[in-house]
Formats: sequence, structure tokens, C-alpha cells
Amino acid sequence: MMLPMMMVVWRLTPTDGSRLMVQIVFVVAAVMAVVGALGVIGSRNPVHAALFLLQTLFGVALLFLLQEAHFLAAVQFIVYAGAIAILFLFVIMLLGVDKTEDLEVEPIAHQRFLAPVLGVALASMLFSVFLVSSDILGGSPQFDSERTLDSGITDIERLGRVLFSDHAFAVEITAALLTIAVVGAVALTRSNKSKVKMTSDE
Amino acid sequence: MTRFLAQTSPVADSTTSVVTPSIDFLGLLPVLLLTAGAVLLLMFRSLIPPPMNLSSPMKTSSVKRLFSFETAWMFVLAVGGLVTVVVQWFRVQDEGPIAVFGSEFASDGLALFAAAVILISVAAVALLLPRFCEQAQIKKAELYVLLMLSAAGGVVMTGANDLIVMFLGLETLSIALYVMVALNRHGLMSIEAGIKYFVLGSFSSAFFLYGIAMIYSTTGTTRISGINAFFADYIVLRDGVLLTGLALLLVGLCFKVASVPFHAWLPDVYQMAPTPITAFMASAVKVAGFAALMRVIVLALGERAHNWQPAVFVLASATLLLGAILATVQNNIKRLLAYSSISHAGFMLVGVQAASHEGVAAVLFYLAVYAVISLGSFTIVSLLTGPDGDGDSATVASAAGLASRKPLLTAAFVVLLLAQAGIPLTSGFMSKFYVISAAVEARSFWLAVVAIVSAVITAFAYLRIVVSMYFTSDIPATADDGIPSDVDTVKDCHSDIPVAADTGKGDNLERPLTAAHLTTLKLGIPAGKGDPLTGAERLPIGAVVVVSVAVVVTLLVGVLPSPLVSLALDASANLLGSIP
Repeated sequence: MMLPMMMVVWRLTPTDGSRLMVQIVFVVAAVMAVVGALGVIGSRNPVHAALFLLQTLFGVALLFLLQEAHFLAAVQFIVYAGAIAILFLFVIMLLGVDKTEDLEVEPIAHQRFLAPVLGVALASMLFSVFLVSSDILGGSPQFDSERTLDSGITDIERLGRVLFSDHAFAVEITAALLTIAVVGAVALTRSNKSKVKMTSDE
Repeated sequence: MTRFLAQTSPVADSTTSVVTPSIDFLGLLPVLLLTAGAVLLLMFRSLIPPPMNLSSPMKTSSVKRLFSFETAWMFVLAVGGLVTVVVQWFRVQDEGPIAVFGSEFASDGLALFAAAVILISVAAVALLLPRFCEQAQIKKAELYVLLMLSAAGGVVMTGANDLIVMFLGLETLSIALYVMVALNRHGLMSIEAGIKYFVLGSFSSAFFLYGIAMIYSTTGTTRISGINAFFADYIVLRDGVLLTGLALLLVGLCFKVASVPFHAWLPDVYQMAPTPITAFMASAVKVAGFAALMRVIVLALGERAHNWQPAVFVLASATLLLGAILATVQNNIKRLLAYSSISHAGFMLVGVQAASHEGVAAVLFYLAVYAVISLGSFTIVSLLTGPDGDGDSATVASAAGLASRKPLLTAAFVVLLLAQAGIPLTSGFMSKFYVISAAVEARSFWLAVVAIVSAVITAFAYLRIVVSMYFTSDIPATADDGIPSDVDTVKDCHSDIPVAADTGKGDNLERPLTAAHLTTLKLGIPAGKGDPLTGAERLPIGAVVVVSVAVVVTLLVGVLPSPLVSLALDASANLLGSIP
């Protein structure tokens, strides 16, 4: 996991004086991510595992930031670290932290054998994608390479401009969608008279 | 056409100003009216809750039942939206397609025709809802708010010139529906249907989204007109990604219109949903789904028709035959109509498969006709059987002798059933005729044959109901003492649903149903034969209006189809993008 990341940074970092700083940040972030990942599968306490996951996500977000993928970094923070990992914690807390699971039981048959095999397969696939990725990018005539690779504007700014010009209507419909989610959740969970009677019958 | 191709605004050169899209507010007004109306209603009802007289429904007069505030509000907004659609229609007839919101949302013939049908269906459902809310004793406002937002999503879908906007419209439509389906009175079954719909629906949305990504990676745009123009300019040689995207989009949309391999949710959902919502789904949702389907595969991907036509051929034949055959073996009338709605979707797919102007016009005609018929039919089902379609006359067998008890209602039902079967002099015949002739013109002869065979098979299913209502003697004596036999009937007709089949939970079902039945008796809705408590029938005015309008329109269009046909042809003549 470390090796491809290092190669990315070595290839993409600018050659000015900030190179050393970039490398330091990279090493910190990479160590964070990898130690976190090891912690997730290594720790016995599920709450600790969830917190290690959080650490991994932060590390990966830092790596994104390092490569000027600001939007991805923000999404990584907000969605993965802010929402999903916290959701994990909620579920763990709700199910009971103190319950220890019997690690001898395999919920899925041959799970213990398949896990490393599939893990290695996934890692090698990602690595091969990384090796050939320079040939894949930039083929179709439809993608204007000048515009997409212009470094004058950050990707968040570009995204904001596109959202509020080309896709303004989509942004506004999302408001209706969120309204429906709220109204629907309230309508389904709020108990009125007859519902209360039914549940008391059960 | 060029204004629809303006995909990207100048981004790199300008660092200060953002080019905001121009808005044509007249074209946007239907969406604005529905969403703003829904939000205002939500605010109003949160501040001023409705007077609680649910405990004594007898005291509310029938006039008040029709004119609840929410109903009037929704009806007026729907009719207002309809007026703006008509005005916009004449503009489109003069100027061609009009960009409404940048190039993301547009008014063309297809969009306006479909939006008009959706708004009509909203107005009709507005008239049906007060009675349902009263019977089911649920708080009203949420149902109305969700319905209006859902309809707004449908209107967005029909006019979307961008796959992302179409997806958002689809989700707005669907998520509101998932909730509304689960809002029925009998908690368990309705919630089960809601969850089933939700899980499968989310799954299909993922398919749709993935398809958008694939199409984007081939064409470099998500605009429908842009995709259309791309295929006019370029020939894609290595088209694996394109075909995958096409297939995924087809799966996502076919789920929404319930074409056969993706139909499994429909019978349960239609049966368990509140009947007004079922009527809404059979009319407005079907219209939105088919409008989106035609826009995506006939307009955006029309150049690749040779790729998708065989797939749609198979889908259409399977939908026609399976829907028809399964409709014949149903006992519950609401469920039978649900299966027949699958078969109708098959007929519409026949028109889509033609991939021509005639095909689009035929599908639009079919959609309008079927919307009216299904609104009428499901209204009658709700009148016959109470709010959930599982009351007294819920099954084909228990509808026996209905003609002698409720002659007018039965006659109206017969007209609508014959129209669904496609008997001449009804609108159903004309709609089937145009769809099949479009298929013949596109030289899809076998599909036309399958359609005709399927029409014959479904006719048997409808005629079973007619025979039961008219030519079978009254129900045996057990019906007189009402409640116990009804509960048995309900159990029978739900026996294919796992929850009800489970004997442990059967007891749970019994009590709410019995209570519901008592409510039905109290409300004076005719139950069993000659209800001694209430005497004469007291049909709610809203339902009567909807049924009579539906019957009149069905007969009128059956005798004089040309005005509606020319409207549909005008709609298909003013399309964004071109049909090759």
C-alpha cells in the first residue's frame, strides 16, 4: 500500500523548495493511514477499531489534500469521517460495546481462507491499475485537456462554478429531495392514535 | 438547437463572474407551483393543525369531506399548473422546444403532454384523498405534501434535458412514493410493501446512476440533446462501455415502469398502498416513467436504436404475456388491476420499440388514455372495497351480484374494464390500435402479434369480473353477518404474502381489520348487501366526480379519438433532439 503512494508523490510533487515539506507531510499521512488500517483489523475492541478507521480516513484525506484534490479531501472528511465512521460507532454502541464476539465462528464459509486471497488480489489489481494508469488518461476527443488540467483554479472552485451554472437546476431539485426525506421520516415515525393502538396489541 | 448544446460555460478564463442559466419562468411554473405549494401547506399545517374531529366521522358532512382545505389547495394548484402547461404548449407549437432552465430543463411536446397528464392525475387524486384520510384516520397534511412533491418530481423527469436532472426527478418521485405506500392504515402489510418498494427502487436507482456514468464516459456529456448530437456527429466503434451504459439505463427505467423482469414489486405495492396512491402510481408515475424512458432511449440514444430495439422487443413481449397471464389467475380485484397495469406497460413498450414519431405519439396517447382509465378503475375499487382494497367486495368471487346492489357504480366499472380490455368504442381500443399500428409500421410484426394475443388473454381477466358482477347470483348467506367472513376473505386473498401466511401473525392482523371494518360500517360506506344501518348509498362526491369524468372521457375518446390523437402527434412533432 505504501509503495504505490510513494510513487505517486515522487512523480507528482513540484520540484521547487517545498518538496521536503511535501515529503514530510506525505510520510506522516501515510503512516497514519497504514497504522490506522492495521489497527482496524488488529484491535479486539470494536470501538477502538472504529476509531482506527477514523484515523485511516483522516490520513487518506491528507494524502488527497497533498495532491491538490481538495474536493475529494473535503468529501473524505465530511462524508466518510464525519458521517459513516460515526454511524459505525453508533451501531457499535447500540449493539453493546461489552459483547465480545466468538472469533472461532465463521459467518461465511471459508471466510478465513478467502480474506487474504481476495485482499492480495485487490491490492495487486490496484497496483496494476496504478502502473498502467498513465496510458488510460486523456484519450477521448470530448474531454478538453486544456480545461481539465488547468491548474489556475482549484477543483473546488471549478466544481462550484459548474454546480451553479450548468447544474443549477439539479442543485435546486436536491432541496425538494431533502424536504421529502425529512417529511417522510416524520410521517413514518410519528405515531398517531391508530398506530399506537396497533403496537400495544402486538 | 444550439442553445441546448451549450454544455459548459466559460470557466477557465473568467475568475470573477459565473454565467448563471437563463430561466423561462412560465415553463418552470408547474414545478414551482407544486413544490412551493407543498412547502407552504407544510408550514401552514404545522402552525395551524387541522381541527380534530376524527373520532366522530359521522358528523362531517359529505360536502366537508370533499372540500377539505388541503384538497382544495392541491386541486387549485394542479389546475393552475395545467393552465400554464397549456399556455406553454401553444408557445412550443409556435417556436419549437423552449429552454426553461439553462439547457437542463426544457419544454417540448413530450414534456408538456406528460406534465399535463400528471397534473390531471394530481387533481383527481386530490379529490379522492379526503375520504381516504378520514377512513384511515391518518393525519392529512403529510400525504398531500408528499404527493405534490412527488408529482413535482414527475414533472421534472418529463422535461429533463439532463440525465442528472432526470435522476433527481426520479428520486424525488420515488422517495415520496416509498413513504406514501407505507402510510396505509394496516401497519404491517403496507410497511412491508413500502420496504420492498424502497429496497428494490434504490437498487434500480443505482443501476440508473451507473448507466449515466457509462454514457458520460462515452459521450462526454449528460445533456440529452448533447448525447443526441454526439451520436449524430460521431460513430462509436469500441462501444462496450456505451452498450453497458445503455443496458443499465434501460434496467433502471424499466424498473420504474415495471417491465417484466423488473416487475416483482408492483403487485404487492399496488395492492397494499392506499388506493388513491395506487391510482396516482398507475397514472402519474407510469407517465413520468415512460416519458423519461422515451427521452433516454428514443431521443438521446435514438441513433443506437438497432442496439436497444431487440432488448425492448424481448422486454415488451415478456411484459405483455406475463402480465396478462398472471392477471387471469388473480382473485383480489386490486391485485388483478395491478397485474393488468403490468400488461398495459407492455403495450406502451410496444410503441417505444417502434422508435419512431408514430411510436412516441402512440405511447403518449396510450398513457393519457390509461391514466384516465386507471384513475377511474382504482377509484371504483376504493369505493367497492374500502380504503385498502381488501374490504367486502375485494375478490372476484365476492363481487358476485354487485350489479343488483349498486347498478350505476357497476356499470361505470364495466365501461372502464371493457376499455382496459380494448373493446371497440372505448378509448382502450383506440390506444391499443395506435400502438400496434406503430409496431407494424416499424415492421415489428411478431411484437404486434404478441400484443394482440395478450389483449385477448387480459380480456378474459376483465370479463371474469364483469361476469361475476352481473351474471352470478349473490354471495352466500355468510356475508350477511359481516365481520368473520370478511376476515376470512381477507386472509384468503393475502395468502400469498408471507406475513399473512404466518399463522402466528395472522391473529395480529385480525384485530385491526375488524376494527377497520367497523369503521367502514360506521362511515356508511355500503358494506355487504343492503346495509340496514345506512340505507341508501352515500358515495363521496369527489370519487363520483372522478369516476364519472373518467367514464365520459373513456367513451368520448373511444368514439372521437381524433382530437387527442392530433394532440399526441403534435407533441411528438415538437421534440428536443431528433428521431432518426
